[in-house]
Amino acid sequence: MEASAQKAPVKVSSRTRSERKLAWMLCAPAVIAMLAVTAYPIGYAVVLSLQKIDLRFPEQTEFIGLANYGTVLSSELWWMDVFNTLLIMVVSVSIELVLGMAIALVMHRAIFARGAVRTVVLIPYGIITVVAAFAWQFAFASDSGFVNNLPLIPDEMNWFGGHLSSLAVIIMAEIWKTTPFMALLLLAGLVTIDGGLYEAAKVDGASAWQRFVRITLPLMKPAILVAVLFRTLEAFRVFDSIFIMTRGAQNTESVSILGFNQLINRLNLGLGSAVSVLIFLFVVVIAFIFVKGLGVKVEEGRPGG
Amino acid sequence: MRHGTREYSLWTIAIVLVVLFALIPVLWLISISLKPPSEIIDQRFIPASVSFDNYKSLFEGGIDGSPFLKPLINSIAIALITTVIAITLASFTAYAIARLEFPGKRAILAGALAIAMFPPISTVGPLFDMWRAIGIYDTYLGLIIPYLTFALPLAIYVLVAFFREIPWDLEQAAQVDGATPWQAFRKVILPLAAPGVFTAAILVFIFCWNDFVFSISLTSSDASRTVPAALAFFTGESTFTEPTGSIAAAAVVVTIPIIVFVLVFQRRIVSGLTAGAVKG
Repeated sequence: MEASAQKAPVKVSSRTRSERKLAWMLCAPAVIAMLAVTAYPIGYAVVLSLQKIDLRFPEQTEFIGLANYGTVLSSELWWMDVFNTLLIMVVSVSIELVLGMAIALVMHRAIFARGAVRTVVLIPYGIITVVAAFAWQFAFASDSGFVNNLPLIPDEMNWFGGHLSSLAVIIMAEIWKTTPFMALLLLAGLVTIDGGLYEAAKVDGASAWQRFVRITLPLMKPAILVAVLFRTLEAFRVFDSIFIMTRGAQNTESVSILGFNQLINRLNLGLGSAVSVLIFLFVVVIAFIFVKGLGVKVEEGRPGG
Repeated sequence: MRHGTREYSLWTIAIVLVVLFALIPVLWLISISLKPPSEIIDQRFIPASVSFDNYKSLFEGGIDGSPFLKPLINSIAIALITTVIAITLASFTAYAIARLEFPGKRAILAGALAIAMFPPISTVGPLFDMWRAIGIYDTYLGLIIPYLTFALPLAIYVLVAFFREIPWDLEQAAQVDGATPWQAFRKVILPLAAPGVFTAAILVFIFCWNDFVFSISLTSSDASRTVPAALAFFTGESTFTEPTGSIAAAAVVVTIPIIVFVLVFQRRIVSGLTAGAVKG
């Protein structure tokens, strides 16, 4: 990038112009494809959210202003779902960060079997989220799962019978599925740290813990923040695991499940779109907090897998 | 460097823990899928006896009767078609971004990043309505379009990271020899870029293969329903049997190719996932 910026002024202007034209032609298809299913639909969602529109009663469609937002924001269900979503997001991302860091350190510093560990850790990443959700659901099922057969766990424990125990299994499934991605992003930050720093600190008598807190963590701050930002936004969308494991039973709905139920099950496009727009605004606010509040340099980051 | 026995045993424990963490749910699925129906609720981690009945029932009845075969074909076809289109479009864009100077470059990268953060559920309602209006609800195209949108940012970022490491002098040499920018791209850069392109393709394929939100919202039949959505609608062989065994068997069938992928292309996947994660 730097090199081409330097040589640009030397070129004749017709060449610059043809270069720009080529660049735009190369970018246009991807840009159009990306906008077609994001910018236009979110605009359309805003329009739908201002109407009373239920596909079961299409003749009753009318413009009702912000009434749908009023209905959503004054409903207990919406706030319950916001609470669940934020709880799942905060708990799973926190545990993932700690576990992911531990796994990154094992992958980075293990004195043997490094390649094998890396390969095995990629398996949860590659597995379909729905499949992972079934695996965890079957494991915790009170009649057929092996978990209740384990020592220290009561045989008659009904994991999917309560609110918090259901959320706990959902969170475990999320953590299992996405920790590898976190670990790999952290590993990428870890390998850039100059090993000489550790040697010098060792000579000065720093313990392993001191070296981790004083060297590793500060130098990895940018990598950690980018990884946490992407995982936080992904965790906020949690849908697959809940749909498979509880379908929202025991008050385990997330905001995405609520949106889906309104839009696809009840065909209430007006209310469902209001939920969609509110989810979108939540995501914008979370991203804004990370970028402005914590100073994440997103240009250095990358989209999640 | 010498390592003490204590250090060896600590690492062994750490490695065993990581391996168990990653593998237990997979081994559990394999275990259930091999249990005969009468033993599915025996709660044993290792099956007492092994049967392949669950696998047989998945494919029984051929393409019309099997609840799994058509979704499997749909999943493979939709993921492959999306991967080919996404990689083609993303290669053009990534080349322009890594190589050419033009206004709007930063805007494209920032926009791609914003889309990577975009919540897919927010587009489901409008797409549901639009797809029904224009007649592509419950078709391959109806899924390929949203997959393309959400796969492109990933593909563009991975490809830009790889393209920036290509020795561009070769391209200049080709241009000095009279090649146009387009020829330089096609004949010199494309072959050099193949490993990065392949890596991006693997990641895009895994992304499409994994989707559930769009598949369950924008399809209504086996005409285009993919495996994750089909699994959610699985029923037992009769109304009275739980589909646990067949779901586990289907889960194993769709997981094995991914495990093989991961084993064979481990290095590429890691480099792709972390491409651009650290400014290099």
